[in-house]
Amino acid sequence: MTEEKLQPPLGVRIRPWLIALPALIVLIGILYPFLTAIYYSFTAYALNRPGSLDQFVGFRNYVRMFTDDDFLYSTYITFAYALLSTGVELVLGLAVALLLNRESRFAKILTPTLIFPMMIAPVIGTLIWKMMMQPSVGILNPMLNLVGLPSLQWAAVPETALFSVVLVDVWMFTPFAALILTAGLRSFPSAPFEAARVDGASFWFTFRNLTLPMLTPFILIVVVFRLMDSLKMFDIIFAMTEGGPGRTLMTYQLTAYRTSFQFQRLAQGLPYAILLYIIIYITSFYLIKFWGRAQRRAAGY
Amino acid sequence: METNSINKRLAGLLSDGFLAVYFLFALFPILWMVLVSLKSGEELFTTQFIFHPTLENYRAIFFGDTRVGAGVVAKQEFPQYFLNSLIASTGAVILSLLVGVPAAYALARFNFKGKEDLAFTFLSFRFAPEMVVIIPLSVIYRQLGLYDTYFGIIWVYQLVTLPLLIWVLRSYFEDISPDIEQAAMIDGYPWWRIFWNILLPLVRPGLAAAALLAFVFAWNNFIFPLVLGGSHVQTVTVASLGYISSAQGFFNRMAAASVISSIPQIVLALSIQRYLIRGLSFGAVKG
Repeated sequence: MTEEKLQPPLGVRIRPWLIALPALIVLIGILYPFLTAIYYSFTAYALNRPGSLDQFVGFRNYVRMFTDDDFLYSTYITFAYALLSTGVELVLGLAVALLLNRESRFAKILTPTLIFPMMIAPVIGTLIWKMMMQPSVGILNPMLNLVGLPSLQWAAVPETALFSVVLVDVWMFTPFAALILTAGLRSFPSAPFEAARVDGASFWFTFRNLTLPMLTPFILIVVVFRLMDSLKMFDIIFAMTEGGPGRTLMTYQLTAYRTSFQFQRLAQGLPYAILLYIIIYITSFYLIKFWGRAQRRAAGY
Repeated sequence: METNSINKRLAGLLSDGFLAVYFLFALFPILWMVLVSLKSGEELFTTQFIFHPTLENYRAIFFGDTRVGAGVVAKQEFPQYFLNSLIASTGAVILSLLVGVPAAYALARFNFKGKEDLAFTFLSFRFAPEMVVIIPLSVIYRQLGLYDTYFGIIWVYQLVTLPLLIWVLRSYFEDISPDIEQAAMIDGYPWWRIFWNILLPLVRPGLAAAALLAFVFAWNNFIFPLVLGGSHVQTVTVASLGYISSAQGFFNRMAAASVISSIPQIVLALSIQRYLIRGLSFGAVKG
């Protein structure tokens, strides 16, 4: 009874929902296709076969995906791309952040230009690299030759295709890692570092015992954004090779695109996209939870 | 003491050296794009750095190609692509602002059931693989007549712009002390006047920065207009692919188109530098 009395009136209780109502309407407009996607994935829907939307086939599209000869390779290439690019960006970004976080005029001048690769559209950035890798007008092979290395065929051959697209991803998004980590380094209190310096602690000791633990929440932010984005990367791979040569770069997203649109088997491409969504959702859920914990630990709780 | 300071200087030099190499890697492709955009067709294949710069490529993408012949696609539609990108991105940001600002306020200031779930749902759109939405939308849009329309693109761009605006703005609203609102409430102002006259002006710099960043991400988007747009709403990102695939000789045209379509983002990004880190991290890092 007393609990009832303590409750604010209905008008106040629904106020946040009313304020958020326009956004909720947009939300529904976005959630609807999500639900439709799940429904379609259980049908035989193909763009070139009218009436196939009503053909309910149960889990056939999912069974097909899991038993497809190329499914394991698709899984491998999706994760290889994501883990490689995220890993390199994190390490390189950390190095750049540590070097930028010094008293150096050189570093101060360069910092604002850090955002350039990240702000250019991924497709356009990739096309620039594709041009640079091109045999006739390209500049990368002449540069390799200049230092005595042989020419590469870059994304045109399976051996170096993954390396080529990861290189573009690293070029584009290392600045993101560097910026977030620089902000992290700048937010640190100076007292513990001064204490370490006065006690004569080595660089590695300070790095392992002070910098790294305090930087963990920031590292996790980089990992969340870069891992989630690179797991679903489409633009770079599509602009570079459209998933080729052959099936070399056919990640889940590219496979879904090719099956649904180029082969017009709309329902058959969906399981790849849905599986990827589930993977990303679970991973991000745990990473964000872990981030909250790391943030509290870094704050000294 | 003496060797110590020499070591220190050497370490500084090495650090600057590493930075120089990294920044060469980061900036060289952009510089090269600008160089290629200034090359004539004849010099494109013969020279690397020394050539006679020409504005021919820029003229061609804006006013049409003098070399248009059999099998060569004229690309004077470029101003139209530019306009399409501008309309779609601006529209998407305006819609996101209209619905997102109040939502961010509600998520920052009110405690209600399911608040965090709602916020996470918005965030999850940012991480959702686009194909999950695009495949069904390609059917739904054709049924509703939204395929290849500005509104269709603006609507689907909400997946890009709305989560960003809501999360960044929420963090800005949370920064404002609730005391200000309580004082105004005691003075008898209704909540919407407090929101409009007191809170909104306080978050305005952050709001502007978040809106500009959302604009950049919408402008850079490729996958949505690729599948859900046709020739009427073709954006610069989709059109730029056409330059490289249409004919070998168009690399310099493509470079010119890339330069033109990259300038807005770089100018915008430089103008909001102070707010960039918070925007890029969806409010998680208060840079």
